[in-house]
Amino acid sequence: MNEVKIKRSILARLIPRLTSLTKRGPSGWMIIVGIVIVSALVIMTVIGPYVSPHDPSAILVGPIRAPPSLQFPMGTNHLGQDMLSRVLCGGSIMLQVAAFSVLICFIIGVPIGLFSSYVGGFFDSACSLVIDALYAFPGLVIAIAIAAMLGPGVINMALSIAVVYIPSYFRIVRSQVLSIKELAYVEAARASGSKWYTILFRYIFPNVIPSIVVVVTINFADAILTAAGLTFIGLGVAVNIPDWGWDLTKGRELIASGTWWVITFPGIMIILLALGFTFIGEGLSELLNPKLQR
Amino acid sequence: MGLRSYIITRILLTIPTLLLLLSMVFLFMRVLPGDPVYLHFEKKATPEQVEQMRHLLGLDKPLWTQYIDYLLGLVNFRYFLQHGYPNLGKSMQNYEPVGGQVFSAFPATLELAIYSMLIASVMGILLGVISSKSYNSVLDHLIRGLGTIAYAIPVFFLGIMFQLIFGVYLHWLPTGLRINPNVQPPAHITGLYTLDSLLEGNLFKFFESLKALLLPSLTLGIVLSGMFIRLTRTNMLETLRLDFVTAARARGLKESTVTYGYALRNAFLPILTMMGLQFAMLLGGAILTETTFSWPGLGSYIVSRINYRDYTAIQGAVVMFGLFVTLVSLVVDILYAYFDPRIRL
Repeated sequence: MNEVKIKRSILARLIPRLTSLTKRGPSGWMIIVGIVIVSALVIMTVIGPYVSPHDPSAILVGPIRAPPSLQFPMGTNHLGQDMLSRVLCGGSIMLQVAAFSVLICFIIGVPIGLFSSYVGGFFDSACSLVIDALYAFPGLVIAIAIAAMLGPGVINMALSIAVVYIPSYFRIVRSQVLSIKELAYVEAARASGSKWYTILFRYIFPNVIPSIVVVVTINFADAILTAAGLTFIGLGVAVNIPDWGWDLTKGRELIASGTWWVITFPGIMIILLALGFTFIGEGLSELLNPKLQR
Repeated sequence: MGLRSYIITRILLTIPTLLLLLSMVFLFMRVLPGDPVYLHFEKKATPEQVEQMRHLLGLDKPLWTQYIDYLLGLVNFRYFLQHGYPNLGKSMQNYEPVGGQVFSAFPATLELAIYSMLIASVMGILLGVISSKSYNSVLDHLIRGLGTIAYAIPVFFLGIMFQLIFGVYLHWLPTGLRINPNVQPPAHITGLYTLDSLLEGNLFKFFESLKALLLPSLTLGIVLSGMFIRLTRTNMLETLRLDFVTAARARGLKESTVTYGYALRNAFLPILTMMGLQFAMLLGGAILTETTFSWPGLGSYIVSRINYRDYTAIQGAVVMFGLFVTLVSLVVDILYAYFDPRIRL
């Protein structure tokens, strides 16, 4: 009983916020469309195994490389696997990798950024130097080097992607804290004898959150594309789990014979997922950019 | 501070960045869990074989000595002059010098990068300007939508789609390699096929290599143009609202002069900076594009080495990418200082 009440109250608070987005012009609509796409794909991936017509990993459920038909709406691949089932279930690895890598970035990048800019001095300069060098480096190259050393696996893939995106978190948090820590209310907190961690996490951190949210959503899109890229060059999770990235990789070898359906459908799914997050991120950053508000 | 002293300071500042970068690569490849030699053999080697390879590659030395050797190898100018490439160690696969392999693969990547950057910037800046001029109209939303989609497409997916349409179905364009295999590649002068064939005065070879370049550079260019569209649009929107633009209009200048001669010129500097930063992303995309189009550059080299678990070669290629990016960002910064004298102050 109590739980139901709490849930309703969260929903009750959330819905007016979402509908108020419609009044914010195109940026608001972008956020809504993004949220709809992402939640639809997440729900699809969660219920996929229960609703897919065939076992996505079972081979020879139909003829080999059959074009889309009524029986197999998305055709079959070179192993005779049903592409519709694989598309329905294939998002889980990508979503897991993206979620873990965003989590790792957040846990490492945000505290270092907060601390480094708050303390300033030598520690800050050293951190910035290392992070800037990392930021300037081609992300995929680092991810490849690390993933090649760590070997396959969801967590390893997430780690190698996280290293690439930690600098974005550090930089945005740092630049925000640099201006916030000079504000009068922070000085007031300091004067009233608050401990440094209270100031940092209770007073400064909440004001940085909006910018971090933008980075998180864009990071999600990038992590998905990077995960797909790592899979494409053979550093993916090599297990018998349906995965859009893996289907794309294998499908590439089939295009010479004109087999377009094996890559097209998983590819569209990856695009949609990345697009959903990009829409949310772009819409949010436009809403938060004071320069563009008339 | 004059331009010359700015350039000198900037070059000196590159040294610690480079050192840091090289150390990070070393750290990733050597200190991360996983012994490269064991990984290379996939645990299928006798202890003697492992020991022998360690010894041949100098991996049996203490980590510090290896680190110093690695750095000294890179700055060994006598080796560089003798061989024409830096000392990046030896490949675990065939014990050949990695530097030579990396240097011979590099021009292909450079050529792809130049053409993709050209396509991305021309397309991105043009569409971005048009989008900002028609702010909040249907055209603006359409271009923004296109830009966002371009950003969200995995580069290899677009590449495969192009191969499917223009290669497999229409037979218009080649879907791989730098030049038609029946055509003798131009003599090696710069290693850039289009430039070399022009220097040779052979227009046929020029068009053949351009044809092979078209799909890969279009693929990479389109994916990158998304970022350029967004950047140009935002910067132009901010600039078009400034007083000097209104003043230029009030003086009765043509709208195209106001847009391109005045506003774009001022919005261009942040775009130039982003171009430098995007270059790193371009190289990441180049790895995937090269793999898609069997383009024999650094990216294909890395990917083929991954399959052999050739860690010394991967390390060498990563170092090469790092050097390249550092050089480009140096050039961009100097250009920036040249165009915007405030930087030098």
